[in-house]
Amino acid sequence: MLSQESLQQIDREIAKYPPGKKQSALISALRIAQQEKGWLPKEAIEFVAGYIGIPPIAAWEVATFYGMYDLAHVGRHKITVCTNLPCALSGGVHAAEYLKKKLGIDFNETTPDGKFTLKEGECMGACGDAPVLLHNNHHMCSFMTTEKIDEMLADLEKQ
Amino acid sequence: MSEHRLILAGLDGDHTWQLQNYIARGGYEAFRKIIKEKTPPDAIIAEIKASGLRGRGGAGFPTGLKWSFMPRSFPGDKYLACNSDEGEPGTFKDRDILRYNPHTVIEGMLIGAYAMGCSRGYNYIHGEVFEIYQRFEEALDEARAAGLLGQNILGSDFSFELFAHHGYGAYICGEETALLESIEGKKGQPRFKPPFPASYGLYGKPTTVNNTETFASVPFIMKMGGAAFLKLGKPNNGGTKLFSVSGHVCRPGNYELKLGTPFPELLEMAGGMRAGRKLKAVIPGGSSAPVVPADIMMDCTLDFDSIAKAGSMLGSGAVIVMDETTCMVRALERLALFYHEESCGQCTPCREGTGWMYRVIHRIESGAGRPEDLDLLRSVAGNISGRTICALGDAAAGPVQSFVKHFADEFEYHIENKKCLVPPAVQDTGSQIYVSQSC
Repeated sequence: MLSQESLQQIDREIAKYPPGKKQSALISALRIAQQEKGWLPKEAIEFVAGYIGIPPIAAWEVATFYGMYDLAHVGRHKITVCTNLPCALSGGVHAAEYLKKKLGIDFNETTPDGKFTLKEGECMGACGDAPVLLHNNHHMCSFMTTEKIDEMLADLEKQ
Repeated sequence: MSEHRLILAGLDGDHTWQLQNYIARGGYEAFRKIIKEKTPPDAIIAEIKASGLRGRGGAGFPTGLKWSFMPRSFPGDKYLACNSDEGEPGTFKDRDILRYNPHTVIEGMLIGAYAMGCSRGYNYIHGEVFEIYQRFEEALDEARAAGLLGQNILGSDFSFELFAHHGYGAYICGEETALLESIEGKKGQPRFKPPFPASYGLYGKPTTVNNTETFASVPFIMKMGGAAFLKLGKPNNGGTKLFSVSGHVCRPGNYELKLGTPFPELLEMAGGMRAGRKLKAVIPGGSSAPVVPADIMMDCTLDFDSIAKAGSMLGSGAVIVMDETTCMVRALERLALFYHEESCGQCTPCREGTGWMYRVIHRIESGAGRPEDLDLLRSVAGNISGRTICALGDAAAGPVQSFVKHFADEFEYHIENKKCLVPPAVQDTGSQIYVSQSC
């Protein structure tokens, strides 16, 4: 279900916690599974639960509680824009509108070619860098003017 | 008028986050001295108490007092947790501390662990800042390789293991008991208190949770002495504090100031208002802090007591600046949506109340407000406050109560005229994409 590399990463997470506390690694294990699969299908959640040795429902609870898990298919590039107040004061909403126009999609939609998904995000703890957005959950892009958004999309288009 | 940098000092160069550069800045000297001189844990706690250091995460609880609650003689594991789950809108200081000076947090945690007898610690890092999590992991590797973490540190009988724990998108995990639940691999739903973490914390063991900046301040206190740190600030408000300035200023960013610095000085350091526009209001301590109108804010000094006197709170030191182009109804609508999204769903008043408040504010903003809506908002907010397990309920009610109190005329105008007092085109000029520059 998961690659050897992902399993090794999960093992590294498990090793951070005391004996018998493997569940502590669950949040990271689901993150690792999602990174490999592109999203978090039911089978991956249940596999992770089995690997850690907890009931599937315990993994479901976490997968549905934390906002960065994608329980439905997303495009190859998920772009999450912060529109919360501090960002909005410096153009967060305008940046999101620009992205919607450029990609021809609304929040929570994916372009027909399956390349881009757009999401509205909550505070990323980087308000001084507004507008900010996250690429595939892990790479933060700061000071996203329309020029920088154009550049980013052109780069991602090539990948 | 300038910054007074301790935590942010010397961070202008390259690779400031690396161990060798931290050591060159005097890093780990405080901890080494403690190990070498076998400083009694009580003396460390006394020093932290004397420093007047108050929690930098938002609540402002005296750190030394918190440390003294830990039952040091308790046999078995005791834990230390660092709260880097920084997701309070407006707050972005811990990210910079971990990005440019992670070892000061590690050193602060080492000193804390030594003082409280903790054998293991976790730094809980906000989900959205994965790159910061990676950097902290690198810093931990460096510290381990240098014998600063692990068994028998620096040849002493003190042992401490420290790890990074990554969140994945839940504001509520910044609440300390939700954070502990989350480290245990569960939904981040806050626990009833008491029992407090010092008696029943991570895995049911005594645990202390402090904010990133709180730990980062500890090495400086031990080096300069508690009294000198206290003297930097004001009585009861010791030391320096990072202020994250966002919103309508020319140069948003982090500024480290002595507590008690007048607000107008911070505003000037942040480049002043954009395009010479007028200050309208400030949220002085992160989105949960009640909003303060411009004229009151301009008379405040930046410390816990002065901001409390102005009817708000210093909170995390996140200063959200709004100018005259801001529609207060729209601003509040966005904050209300945030609390609705982030309520963990455990307590009915918060779960239902945050959604209710959002829907009412949304209808006012969209021109469908009713004359009774302001009273309704006051009533819902009042019925959340103090009726929930954790402080998120109060955090959601506070902005609503304060916006409606200070800007009632704008809300009433909206309801009556089905449109905003600030014309949309004016709002638009204020909220354009803006990148830091000198105005």
